[in-house]
Amino acid sequence: MSKYYVNKFLYSIDRDPEWVARYKDDPAGTIDAWEKECGTWLNSAEKTTWLSFTAEERHALETYDYEWLFAYGAHFFLYLTLFIGLFDEDWAREQGPLSYQREWARRLEPWTHKDYPSVAL
Amino acid sequence: MADLTAVLASTHHPFYLKATTDHSEQRMPHADEWQRKVEAYRETLTAARPDVLIMVGADHFHQFFLDNYPTFLIGKQEKYDATFYNEEREFGIPKYVLDGDMELSNYMHQGLLDAGFDFSFSHELKIDHSIICPIITVRPDADLPIVPIYTNIFAPPMPSPKRFWDLGRAIRGIIDAYPSDKKIAAIGTGHLSLELGGPRMFGDHGPDPEFDARAIEWLSTGNIDSVLENVTHESMASAGNATHGFMDLILMMGIAGPREADYVDQLDLFHTREMFMTWYPNKTEALAAAAASAAESSGASLGPVYAAKDGVSA
Repeated sequence: MSKYYVNKFLYSIDRDPEWVARYKDDPAGTIDAWEKECGTWLNSAEKTTWLSFTAEERHALETYDYEWLFAYGAHFFLYLTLFIGLFDEDWAREQGPLSYQREWARRLEPWTHKDYPSVAL
Repeated sequence: MADLTAVLASTHHPFYLKATTDHSEQRMPHADEWQRKVEAYRETLTAARPDVLIMVGADHFHQFFLDNYPTFLIGKQEKYDATFYNEEREFGIPKYVLDGDMELSNYMHQGLLDAGFDFSFSHELKIDHSIICPIITVRPDADLPIVPIYTNIFAPPMPSPKRFWDLGRAIRGIIDAYPSDKKIAAIGTGHLSLELGGPRMFGDHGPDPEFDARAIEWLSTGNIDSVLENVTHESMASAGNATHGFMDLILMMGIAGPREADYVDQLDLFHTREMFMTWYPNKTEALAAAAASAAESSGASLGPVYAAKDGVSA
């Protein structure tokens, strides 16, 4: 497992409008493409050879599963900003401003008054 | 020697510009009051007539990531690009190009090394909303050179609250020793209690109003002893999972020193409580008058604001 790799995915998708659009259209295919084109590279010349997703990590990213990512301790800022970028407008249009974010908070209510999972690596 | 004419510590809310330029039917109910308070706060900086701004913020995984995340970093450039694609996308913040001040960046960097703060540095730093938000709120013409200082309030493990205070004190010593006739203002932003991605985000108030009231008391009274007694990484996390940005406000109090603030304002918004605080290290009659004039418009206090016993601001 690699929480770092999950964070790397979220970070590098969120900062690039083309990756954001691909991830929204085809999450599973985009994860595969990202691994080949970006995830296993340190920079344009150097490979990082040892990083990979577990099945659970891959599934959570394929399903935009913020409840799983929260419990796992992925960095909240990364998936919050990315998923807002993916879904806020659609939800706001259909269910009103901030409806996506408020539904997210509601679904995480069982964590209220508990210690949250750490985002430390 | 340089003259530190103002120290500003405030929350940064990236939706300020979007909220206050929205004139549609969806304009948020707080927008007029928010804008009035921000424009009044701006006057507390304008009156200090700064020539250069030392700006404290934190990169929110825009340029820096977990492959190489600096604990403390200073920018050393003639120019700084600002605002990343995903900040434009989410917050509607425009791009900027800000001037730098290489002489002061170099002097500050060497001074920090000499004081025991082994800073990272960048010659290709792009500024994010932690510094652009206060440009938008208190210096919207973006016409002054900046020296950016970044801290890690974001990716654990982080330095202690005391380290942030000590860093603020060191920065103050370096400003005071700077051989220049320039007027310097120090501006730093962070957060009171804040939750991102958890169950307490986007509520009707910030996640921990009691923490916010106490935090405003600690800062506005210059009470570093209470800060160090009460503020730990754990206590901040229990107030909200992104509350660690409060440490940048502790840093700013360190620049001002253990003394009362000269202008203290706040606004209870959905999701957060906003805070706008100014210290005048060398207060003149003109500065006092400017703060009083601003407070007439905003309703700010011209001195400390104490938390009531139940934790809510009196």
